[in-house]
Amino acid sequence: MLGYILKRLISLAISLIVASVVIFVVVEIAPGDPASFMLGINAQPDTVAALRTELGLDQSKLDRYLSWVSGMLTGDFGTSYTYRTPVSQMIADRMWVSLPLALYALTLSTLIAFPAGIFAAARRGGAGDLAVTGATQLGVAIPNFWFAMMLVLIFAINLRWFSAGGFPGWDKGFWGGMKALTLPAIALALPQAAILTRVMRSSLLDILGEDFMRTARAKGLSSRQALWRHGLRNALIPVLTIIGLQFAFLLAGAIIIEQVFFLPGLGRLIFQAITQRDLIVVESVVMLLVFAVIVVNFLVDLAYAAVDPRLRTRT
Amino acid sequence: MTLLSIENLTLAIHGTPILKGISLDIPEGEITALTGESGSGKSMTALATIGLLPKGETTTGTITFDGANLLFLPESQMCDLRGREIGMVFQEPMTALNPVQTIGAQVMETILIHKAMPPDKAEERAREVLARVGLPPDRFPLSRYPHELSGGQRQRVVIAMAIALRPRLLIADEPTTALDVTTQAQILDLLKRLVKEDGMALMMITHDLAVVSDMADTLNVMRHGEIVEAGPTVEVLREMRHPYTRALFEASRHQADLGDAKADAPLLSVQNVSRDYPLPRSSLFGTRPQFRAVKNVNFEIRRGERVGLVGESGCGKSTLTRAILGLEPVQAGQITLDGDPVWQDSHPNLTVRRKMQVVFQDPYGSFNPRHRVSRLITEPFHLLPDPPRGAARDAAIAEALTAVGLKPEDAERHIHAFSGGQRQRIAIARALIIKPELIVFDEAVSALDVRVRAQILDLMANLSSAYGLTYLFISHDLSVVRSITDRVMVMRAGEIVEDRPTADIFASPDHPYTRELMNAAPQLPDFPEVQDAPHLTF
Repeated sequence: MLGYILKRLISLAISLIVASVVIFVVVEIAPGDPASFMLGINAQPDTVAALRTELGLDQSKLDRYLSWVSGMLTGDFGTSYTYRTPVSQMIADRMWVSLPLALYALTLSTLIAFPAGIFAAARRGGAGDLAVTGATQLGVAIPNFWFAMMLVLIFAINLRWFSAGGFPGWDKGFWGGMKALTLPAIALALPQAAILTRVMRSSLLDILGEDFMRTARAKGLSSRQALWRHGLRNALIPVLTIIGLQFAFLLAGAIIIEQVFFLPGLGRLIFQAITQRDLIVVESVVMLLVFAVIVVNFLVDLAYAAVDPRLRTRT
Repeated sequence: MTLLSIENLTLAIHGTPILKGISLDIPEGEITALTGESGSGKSMTALATIGLLPKGETTTGTITFDGANLLFLPESQMCDLRGREIGMVFQEPMTALNPVQTIGAQVMETILIHKAMPPDKAEERAREVLARVGLPPDRFPLSRYPHELSGGQRQRVVIAMAIALRPRLLIADEPTTALDVTTQAQILDLLKRLVKEDGMALMMITHDLAVVSDMADTLNVMRHGEIVEAGPTVEVLREMRHPYTRALFEASRHQADLGDAKADAPLLSVQNVSRDYPLPRSSLFGTRPQFRAVKNVNFEIRRGERVGLVGESGCGKSTLTRAILGLEPVQAGQITLDGDPVWQDSHPNLTVRRKMQVVFQDPYGSFNPRHRVSRLITEPFHLLPDPPRGAARDAAIAEALTAVGLKPEDAERHIHAFSGGQRQRIAIARALIIKPELIVFDEAVSALDVRVRAQILDLMANLSSAYGLTYLFISHDLSVVRSITDRVMVMRAGEIVEDRPTADIFASPDHPYTRELMNAAPQLPDFPEVQDAPHLTF
């Protein structure tokens, strides 16, 4: 087990190094000089040169890469070219919106998908199964920004249960923050729940056809007992994989929903940074997201081992 | 006393008739065997008894157990009977256990689900019953997971689960078919002992007449959903009133007429070959330990020779086969065909590769279902620098199909239109089409019913005399190898322990392991009057 964890940790470190190089190179290749962009088209060449020196853009690429990486290791993500504030501060502010939103949406999606998937699998081919699979089709097909607008129309404008957008901040109280995140989280969770339900259902159906399920029935378990005691845990591996992928997506991919609800999240930050050629912000946010994805994958790997004893003995 | 009585049982699944009026009685303390080929309905009879038939079934008739008709018993009462009064053991031990639960938890579950005793007592019983099936707790603690056990050990766990509450009826559906002969012998002994000790009734389902011939009290021969012959085993086997019983018996000990051996110049030469596999690292930075699957193996196959390679699972015979076919490199020694190495400069040697073909075990899994037969059997043509096209290709297809007893028109059909035996013929046609120097048959008849197997063995024998084939026949089954080879090599733990002419080995095995294999293999009784059985066509 210890060997398994150690091996996963090493691959985590290698992934991070490779990712940082790729991100740095890609951002370097992207056209547009931040200094001339910041000063506008009428700027004097010597002013641009002075700003380039100030931003450190005139150093060699290797030096810049190394100072970027070593800065990140100490928590210094550099200073935003456009806002002149520390990037770490900007990310931290946005993180407090994006991370709770992603977790909230993921929790909702899991809470919907598990019962729905199990329900459908237990009634394979029956009316309940058809209803659930039909609903998941719809859930995957509906664009989530449209669904978000419908939520706003119904719950914010007509019923006035929630505000239509914006985020009051956590310092105004936990419940106020949660309330502001509820509609966005539902909008984000819907398609994820639909996908996860389908994965749960098909994974369980695969397991229900396994020989050991028949063995369980031969011992005297009812089909429901067999499903809960022997089916569920075996069906969990593909479901865990999808949950890991979904978390990564929710963290960074909420940009449209953030836009609909005027949420100051990471997605909007990176979008603004790209349009303003604020390369240092782009690099840092992307790196942070990569880090989050890799850490989540590591946690998923640990969860695999917890679920499946065969992985523990293999080092 | 009759424990289970099946009367006039019929079964249809989605309208397709499966069982057509089965009647049989299973008395306490006896072994009642159901035998027949695949699709005869023997497993369905078992599943009907335990109430686990697939969906869409309609049944008529009665299955009386303990005064109740099991067919009409509500599901909750059936759940109560299963595991407590009726236990069941299945064919495939590798997948019959839940991989994420310990064996202790799974054995205890049988006891706890029926609330037969409190958890601490159940744990004690689980230990007892595992010890009883030959898995003593000091070597096989309850905390073991299924993947830490071998196939035979897993089957013991499945049996322990089935007998934990001392059921009065045990149903065993092909319990040893997936196991090696020596393991099979142990499991059969275990089942016999349990029946004797507990006075339980055993419904034993098997396709292998030899397995039941010396263990079952009563024998029921099934065919197309009917019992064609039934009675005390000795009587049934002695008299064989029904021609089908006779045909099964004949096919089970069928000897193909191989013709005389021709042994010319050496064709395949395997010299000091060893094959290592890396094992998982024991520490993070240490060197990876190696497992030597094939240890310093030496042999030759001469042109025209038909050689068998026999051994139990894990003995290295598949590894050796892959090395011979040039699919994997070897770590020591050399393999040459006609003087050319099969593996050269870290690549398979293509000039040698096209002189060898292989026929695999599974007639269902070894074809792409979306291709027509013509495309399937011409696949080896890609090995040729200048493959035949147009009329020459059609002629080659027609010749290969005719050689294996199929029609040239079959080339346009898809593989799903063919039965298992026909598929194996197509697999042989695929191997023959480029006229290879050497064919490797890798368990090529192990998945076939006895009568089909007999036909395929005859086909091999005929082809071998017609084309002067050289082949290596790999099998776990000594009796099959006997009729189809000139020479047999016995392999154990990566080494060839005996390599002699087939007749000599069977007359007087030298190595103790060969003797062990032969003793473990179930034997059909010898009844002289069967020799003049009428010729049957199917």
